[in-house]
Amino acid sequence: MTLEIIGLTKRYKGGVLALDDVSLELRTGESFGLIGESGSGKTTLTRCILGLEPATSGQIRYDGVELTRLSGAALRRMRARIQIVFQDPYALLNPRMSAHDIIAEPMIIHRATIGLDGKGRTARVVELLSLVGLNETHLYRRPHEFSGGQRQRIGIARALAVGPELLILDEPTSALDVSVQAQVLNLLHDLQTRLRMTYLFVTHDLGVVRTVADRLALIHRGRIVEQGETETVFRSPASDYARMLLAAMPEPDPDLSPFHRQPEVSAPEVSAPEVSAPEVSVIDP
Amino acid sequence: MALLEIENLHLAMRSFEGEAHVLNGIDLALEQGEIWGLVGETGCGKSLTGLSISRLVASPPARYTAGAIRFAGQDLLRADEAAMQRLRGRRIGMIFQDPTTNLNPVFRIGEQMIDVALHAAGTDPSILGLQADASRSARRKAARALAIHMLDRVGIARASERIDDYPHQFSGGMRQRVLIAMALIGRPDLLIADEPTTALDVSVQAQILRLLHDLVLADGLTVLMITHNLGVVAQLCTHVAVMYAGNIVESGTTRAVFKRPAHPYTRALIAAVPTARSVRGRLQGLAGSVPSLIDAPPGCRFASRCAAAQADCTAGTPPAREIGPGHRVACLHLAEAAP
Repeated sequence: MTLEIIGLTKRYKGGVLALDDVSLELRTGESFGLIGESGSGKTTLTRCILGLEPATSGQIRYDGVELTRLSGAALRRMRARIQIVFQDPYALLNPRMSAHDIIAEPMIIHRATIGLDGKGRTARVVELLSLVGLNETHLYRRPHEFSGGQRQRIGIARALAVGPELLILDEPTSALDVSVQAQVLNLLHDLQTRLRMTYLFVTHDLGVVRTVADRLALIHRGRIVEQGETETVFRSPASDYARMLLAAMPEPDPDLSPFHRQPEVSAPEVSAPEVSAPEVSVIDP
Repeated sequence: MALLEIENLHLAMRSFEGEAHVLNGIDLALEQGEIWGLVGETGCGKSLTGLSISRLVASPPARYTAGAIRFAGQDLLRADEAAMQRLRGRRIGMIFQDPTTNLNPVFRIGEQMIDVALHAAGTDPSILGLQADASRSARRKAARALAIHMLDRVGIARASERIDDYPHQFSGGMRQRVLIAMALIGRPDLLIADEPTTALDVSVQAQILRLLHDLVLADGLTVLMITHNLGVVAQLCTHVAVMYAGNIVESGTTRAVFKRPAHPYTRALIAAVPTARSVRGRLQGLAGSVPSLIDAPPGCRFASRCAAAQADCTAGTPPAREIGPGHRVACLHLAEAAP
C-alpha cells in the first residue's frame, strides 16, 4: 500500500483553517509519526483520511485511488483496509456491548469483504483476543470490567478484525499510565512486525514517537513544519518549532533540568550503580 | 520541625466489594522550601494523600484508621471543619488538574479571585494590607487590586483589563495561570498541586513549570506536586516520593532517586518512560497490573510483579530503610534487585 496526501486543505465553516496545504507520503510497512499539540490539525488529518471529514481541497491517494472521491460500497471496501485505534479507552467502547460483540461488529459491517458466518466470527474474535494479550475468558465481559490498558487492547483487536493494511493510531496511549503505555506500545510494535502493517501514529508525546516511528512529521497550526527520519529530526531539528518542542519536553533526568535546584548528593551509595538514562531494550524487527 | 509531617497514615475506603486499604502507612516530611514530587500510577493513592492534607476526602466512605498529618505542628486529622476552612485558601493553597472545570464558567475571573482573597483576608486581614475594621467596599477594592497584582505576577498580560473576562475567554494555559494565582493569593505556606500540567501541551507545560519554579523560589513556598509525569518531577522537584498501591516505596532527593533508583518498582517505572533519548523498538515494560486493594495480602504489594521477589516478601510490609542521606527504600532485597 502507499498513501499519498497532496496539498490537503481543510477549512471548517466559520473560516478556521485546520489543514493548510499538507503533503505527506507513507511507505509500505513503515511506522510514520505525526506530532502536534492540541489544535494543530492532527486529528482533522486522520478524519480526512478515513473519509469522516470532507477535505476542502487537495488529494488523498491510496494505492493510486483517490479517497476523497469514493462513496458508497467502494468507500466501505476501502475502510476495511484502513482502520483506526482511538485515544480514550473509556469512550471508545460501547458500554452495553460485550468484548465479543465489539470486536465482531466490524466483521459484520464488512461481511462482504470478510465473508465469515457467526461461528467463524467468534473463532476469529478469540484469535484476535489472544493476539492482543487477552483470552477466551474475556469474551463476554463488558467494557466496565476491563482496565484502561485492557480496553485499549480491545480497541486494537477491533481495528485488526478486518485485517487492515494501514492502522491509524490516534494517541492510543496518552490516557494510560506509563507502565501500561509500555505494554501497549510493545504490543503494537510486535503486531506490526507480525502482521506487516503500516502505521500512522498520531501523538503529542515526543518520547513515544521516538520509540515507535521510523519517520515523522511535525504539524503546527495546520501546516507541516518539519518532516524526516525520526533520528535526524531528534538529532538535528531544522525548524524552530521542532527545537522549541524538544527543549520543552521534560526529560526524566534531573541533570537536564533547566532549573538546577536539585541538591547534590555526594556520598555514593553501594546498593545501586548510577544510571544516566533509562535502559531500553531493542528487538530488531 | 518539618512544615508538613505525615506519619503512618492509613486510609480505608468503603466500597460495594469491601473495604479497600488505599493508603497503607504513608510517611512523608516536607521541610520549608522543598518541592516534593509525589509520583505513581493511577490508583496508587497519590491524589488521596494530597486531598487528605486539605481534608477534602469525604468520610464516609473514607475512614482514617491510623496515623497523623501535622501541618506546622497542628494535627489536621483532629482539626474541625471550621479550622480547616481557615487553612484552605490561606495557609494551604491548592491547584488541580483540569483548568477548565475548576473555574466557574458563569462568573468573571476577577469575581472568583476576589472571593478567594476576601476569604483569606477573613483569617488574615494583612493579606489585603488593611486593618481588620476596614469597610466592606475598601476590602473589595483592595481584593480587586490584589487579584490584578496576582494575575500580573503569573504572567497574564494587561491584567487590569483581563480580570473582567470570563473563563472561556482564556486559553487552557492562561486558566491554569489563573488557578495558580488563586492558590497563591492567600500567601500559603504549603502549595498542593495535583497534576497541574497534565491537561496542557508540552510548550505550555514548560511555561507553567517555569512560572511555578520562579514563584516558589520568590516566596519560599513548600510544594507537594502530585503527578504521574517523571519528567516534570525531574525538572522541578527537589525531592520525590514514589507510591505504589498505597505505599511510599522509595523517597529521597530527586537526584538520588532518579540516578540511583533502588526499589524494583522505581526502576521499572523510570525504564518504562519513553524519552527523547529512547531508540526505536520495544520499551522495557512492567508485566501484570496493580493488585486489588480490597483484602490485599500482607507483605509488599509489589511482590506479585517483582522479578526479585522471594518468600519473605509476602510476610509483612517491608519497612523503609535509609540507604543514603535521606534516601529511603521499602524493599527487603535491594542487593538482589540490583541489575
